[in-house]
Amino acid sequence: MTEPLKWVYTEKVKEHFINPKNVLKDDTEYNADGEGVVGNIKCGDQMLMMIKVDKDTQTILDCKWKTYGCASAIASTSILSEKVKGMKLDDAYKISPKDIVKELGGLPEHKIHCSVLGDKALRAAIDDYYKRNGMGDKIKREAARIICKCMNITDHEIENAVLEGARTYLQLQEKTKIGTVCGQCKEETLRLLEEYKNRHLK
Amino acid sequence: MFKRRIYLDNNATTPLHPDVKKSLTDTMKVFGNVSSMHSFGREAKAQLENARSRIASFINANSDEIIFVGSGSEANNTVLNMVSCCSYMCSNKCKDRHQILISEIEHPCILETSKCLAEKGISVSYVSVDKYGKIDMGQLKKRLSEGIMLVSVMMANNEIGTIQDIKEISRIVHDKGALFHTDAVQAVGKIFVDVKGLDADFLSFSAHKIYGPKGVGALYVKSGSPFCPFIRGGHQEQGRRAGTENTLGIVGMAAAIDARKREMAPEAERLKRMRERLRNFIKDNIPDVTFNGHPDDSLPGTLNVSFKGAEGEAILLYLDLEGIAVSTGSACASGSLDPSHVLLAIKIGHENAHGAIRFSLGRETTDNDIDYVIDKLPLVVEKVRGMSSAYSKRQVKQ
Repeated sequence: MTEPLKWVYTEKVKEHFINPKNVLKDDTEYNADGEGVVGNIKCGDQMLMMIKVDKDTQTILDCKWKTYGCASAIASTSILSEKVKGMKLDDAYKISPKDIVKELGGLPEHKIHCSVLGDKALRAAIDDYYKRNGMGDKIKREAARIICKCMNITDHEIENAVLEGARTYLQLQEKTKIGTVCGQCKEETLRLLEEYKNRHLK
Repeated sequence: MFKRRIYLDNNATTPLHPDVKKSLTDTMKVFGNVSSMHSFGREAKAQLENARSRIASFINANSDEIIFVGSGSEANNTVLNMVSCCSYMCSNKCKDRHQILISEIEHPCILETSKCLAEKGISVSYVSVDKYGKIDMGQLKKRLSEGIMLVSVMMANNEIGTIQDIKEISRIVHDKGALFHTDAVQAVGKIFVDVKGLDADFLSFSAHKIYGPKGVGALYVKSGSPFCPFIRGGHQEQGRRAGTENTLGIVGMAAAIDARKREMAPEAERLKRMRERLRNFIKDNIPDVTFNGHPDDSLPGTLNVSFKGAEGEAILLYLDLEGIAVSTGSACASGSLDPSHVLLAIKIGHENAHGAIRFSLGRETTDNDIDYVIDKLPLVVEKVRGMSSAYSKRQVKQ
């Protein structure tokens, strides 16, 4: 019998899922210079990212991780861990989910949100490094901005809803209840919806 | 490359029984329209009615109480949609009852239809289940108000296998003057079902879960029950379901049912024994597992187990690489972000729901297959846990 079943994932995802790179082993010592955990088990996704940094060049020397999640979450952490080795912290900080999805040769649309944890975990690890080394001023806080004043919905929540599959204003409303009271925020919401769709999906 | 493949997803669908294959090829030459008066039509009609009576007798129904439909989902949709019909032409006279009551662990075709009915103004209420997935009978009695027209509770759950005490539920529902429907798609052909004994008004079942063809289901409608067609525009099935009958599929369903008459009881014993062997192995050899569903009142071939700290889709795909086919309650495999509503309803928690794997055994499952699973499963779980931040000896703090 030939391999009859094409996976829903690309060969690249499959490759990293079957042979994940740089997994942190429980029984080995790993003295990270920075580490970050994002996501939570309740949602079905959690990632731990650990980095070693060359202090003189501000470059990531090595990276280890652990991920609780599906194949795309595992593959996206694995591929990210390969990508960041040798990268300047400033550049690694800018990696977006879209970059990871591109490296993986694409992900099914409903799996995009699985890849967003990788870059967040990496930034958390870099932030941790900055904190430990008295460079707290480099930490970029992405303050949430309230868009819908009636329902108290922020731009971050809109972004998350897009990553979780909302593509239209109606779907956004179903997920977040945004704009369901006075509706004055509709224009700004539509603008953000397009922005996040462009950022993460196109 | 020849690789061993083991199918343990029989609650999703089943391979055709050899008798079914034979009956399908034998029947292929019968092409007449059942409604035609000529010999071609009469030939098809004879086949159809013969199949109907064999299927009806299996659940102790009369032939004219069986309506053939396109799937179990269609059967369920048909019953639920009757509630919103109050046309004067319709035999479903609504009286003053416009509400439905369903369980929390129904199949999506019941849940989604109910949501749609709610949008149309039908009040929908829900009855919850205990940690084994059994209906809370006290709550059922309490929620059965005078306005409820129809109660729908599934006989055996597809995910965890829990079997309800349908006879008792039916009695409680009828005491309050409501109609009772049960989705028996996972039950008919796996456990003994007698519609008269259960006193159900409506009962849905399907062919492809019991080694019959896909695309054919049946709805039992108790003689004298109100009814309203879901698909209109033809006199077929006593005017209850329009559309030229799927003679071939229905004959295949009857062949599947005939085989069940012979095989169901011995097969149930065999599946139960293999399932317990798998359960005991997992319990004794893999730490941090939870079994979901009722320990005794359960479908013979269904085993649902949660592996703490391991995500279900990852387990499913690693097992698939070994040739083993199972399913999961994890959100990731479903395309939504929420894990299985059934697993959440039995309150095992989100983490256990994300890590739930369903093994569903069937007539082709052998002890050798179970040996193979026993050989591969621990390594797969270990691999997934080995890279999981939720199953780490290191303290992972946020």
